[in-house]
Amino acid sequence: MTVFAFYLFAISAITGGLFTVISRQPVHSVLWLILSFLSAAGLFVLLGAEFVAMLLIIVYVGAVAVLFLFVVMMLDVDFAELKAEMARYMPLALLIGLIILMQFVMAFGAWDSAQGAAANLAQPIPTDRHNTEALGVILYDQYFLLFQLAGLILLVAMIGAIVLTLRHRKDIKRQDIVGQMMRDPAKAMELKDVKPGQGL
Amino acid sequence: MIQADLTIILPEIVLAVYAMAALIGAVYTTKDELAPLLVWTTAGLMALLAIWIATNSDGTRVAFNGMFVDDGFARFSKVAVLLSAAAVLVMSQEYMARRNLLRFEFPLLVALAAVGMMMMVSAGDLMSLYMGLELQSLSLYVVAALRRDSAKSTEAGLKYFVLGALSSGLLLYGASLVYGFTGTTLFSGIIQTVHHGDVSVGLLFGLIFLISGLAFKVSAVPFHMWTPDVYEGAPTPITAFFATAPKVAAMALFARLMHDAFGGIIKDWQQVLVLLSVLSMLLGAVAAIGQRDIKRLMAFSSIAHMGYALIGLAAGTEMGIKAMLMYLAIYVTMNIGTFAFILMMERDGKPVTDIDALRQYSKREPGKALAVLILMFSLAGVPPMLGFFAKFGVWQAGVDAGLTGLVIVSAIASVIGAFYYLRIVFYMYFGAENEDPIETHSSPVLWVALMGSAALMLVGVFYQFGIEGAAAAAAATLVN
Repeated sequence: MTVFAFYLFAISAITGGLFTVISRQPVHSVLWLILSFLSAAGLFVLLGAEFVAMLLIIVYVGAVAVLFLFVVMMLDVDFAELKAEMARYMPLALLIGLIILMQFVMAFGAWDSAQGAAANLAQPIPTDRHNTEALGVILYDQYFLLFQLAGLILLVAMIGAIVLTLRHRKDIKRQDIVGQMMRDPAKAMELKDVKPGQGL
Repeated sequence: MIQADLTIILPEIVLAVYAMAALIGAVYTTKDELAPLLVWTTAGLMALLAIWIATNSDGTRVAFNGMFVDDGFARFSKVAVLLSAAAVLVMSQEYMARRNLLRFEFPLLVALAAVGMMMMVSAGDLMSLYMGLELQSLSLYVVAALRRDSAKSTEAGLKYFVLGALSSGLLLYGASLVYGFTGTTLFSGIIQTVHHGDVSVGLLFGLIFLISGLAFKVSAVPFHMWTPDVYEGAPTPITAFFATAPKVAAMALFARLMHDAFGGIIKDWQQVLVLLSVLSMLLGAVAAIGQRDIKRLMAFSSIAHMGYALIGLAAGTEMGIKAMLMYLAIYVTMNIGTFAFILMMERDGKPVTDIDALRQYSKREPGKALAVLILMFSLAGVPPMLGFFAKFGVWQAGVDAGLTGLVIVSAIASVIGAFYYLRIVFYMYFGAENEDPIETHSSPVLWVALMGSAALMLVGVFYQFGIEGAAAAAAATLVN
């Protein structure tokens, strides 16, 4: 049963990946990508990593893929032109892809881990506590430094997005909340005694 | 336990907390008007941290279960990174302010990049290596695109980002293969598992992917394609930054990974590094000949110089690492002076990067021309200057390690490369008269950087300020 599920998810993940690349409609590409994410989540469940599986669905399918959909729909990119450009490099790309594939076959065909590797491995699924708890302990304890660094990286990403996109225009009127609240009739109005026949 | 760990990474914490505090401070107060002050405080803090790190010598300390290593090698690299970043920051302040580029985020992004670089040189684990690298790279992508109204700067940022992401992918793939082979990401665990003779194809693959990813970061050929475009497109002070601190950090990280994790199989990675080194030196020497733009020229120059520094790494010996560290320190000093001059080059207030504009420059500004002459001779590696001794050091290490062929190729490349450095000198002293000469806008900071760096190239031959001893001690902690 597990084997069947594994092959089902594996095949649908690969199919999803393949069609993400080759489908003509960019929107379809994103939908295929979602299928790929879902299958990967299924594979994680099979490994016993439910939390990561749910994370993949909630974050990647729920947020990232939807964002992709919006971007693809909103950006006016001429995909036909991009495809034509890609077709020019296709022979070279195929050649490189083939070479890398052959190298991978070589690497994984003769795969063997070092002698002490199994002993080095972290226990993948702790038996005494559930998944989420185990991840939390690892993140905030053993990998505390990496967790904090990831936070700094996200901060840089945020600063970067703001630096590169936020523009302060000088020629528009902005709200000045304090100024607006402090406004009263005495400041807002000025009484002028206009003499007849003279004007201002 | 955690307190001891935090004490070890205190310099990084101080810099990161400063960056965040300054960010909040600037956002809630006057924003960009605060930028010049922030540039100086950031540079000052970096210099102070450098002094602090240089004066504390606690031997080798390990924090966070081996993910962070604080040893002599890390301290030497951190001092070089911090000092060069601080120097470039103060050099850039005036240039960027005059061109309306000085945003308050700039010094803070540089500070955060410096945190990333400090993490890189102290990495003791493939994961902390990657985290440090990304923190540094992401900050660099942003500052490369800082000039938003210029298509070239935006292109530079985007190109750097896309290719950088690709190289990160290669690096991660290599890391996963190494993890699959050894069952651990800790360098100390990898070196125990990976022994001589016991190298499977899978591990070799992982190693090659890791080297490719890092070669991209040090811009070694054939992973150099981004360098000229990014150097040309980014605003000049940022190019100066790219050519100094990140190069030191990436080379130091490279050396740490090779020796700390794969020190047992030197023969397996030596040949790869020799190839990278040969290609970088030759391409750096030949491709720069046709360049008229001094920023592109410096890009090829940096590719070539990374090739020479790689000789020290390829040697795989303590002497090689010492020579590499010396090379990096000298290279950074030369580059700071050279970029100080490039920052001065302008005509009618607009920056000029064409080397033709330098014709007959010595007639107008003999002092500065002489400084540039010294720097160019030093970059080319002409004997009485310090740059020659840097090259001599790596050659010596190369010959000692039996890489005579590599050293011979490198000598030939340095002769070819000397052409384009000397051409600048020729233009300045003997070039035909130019209709529209440049004026050099000189601020005191730039003047000090140019003259100081040139003077160091001469003085350094007799007195090296203890750098040589420090480099030797640093190399000894890495290779044992």
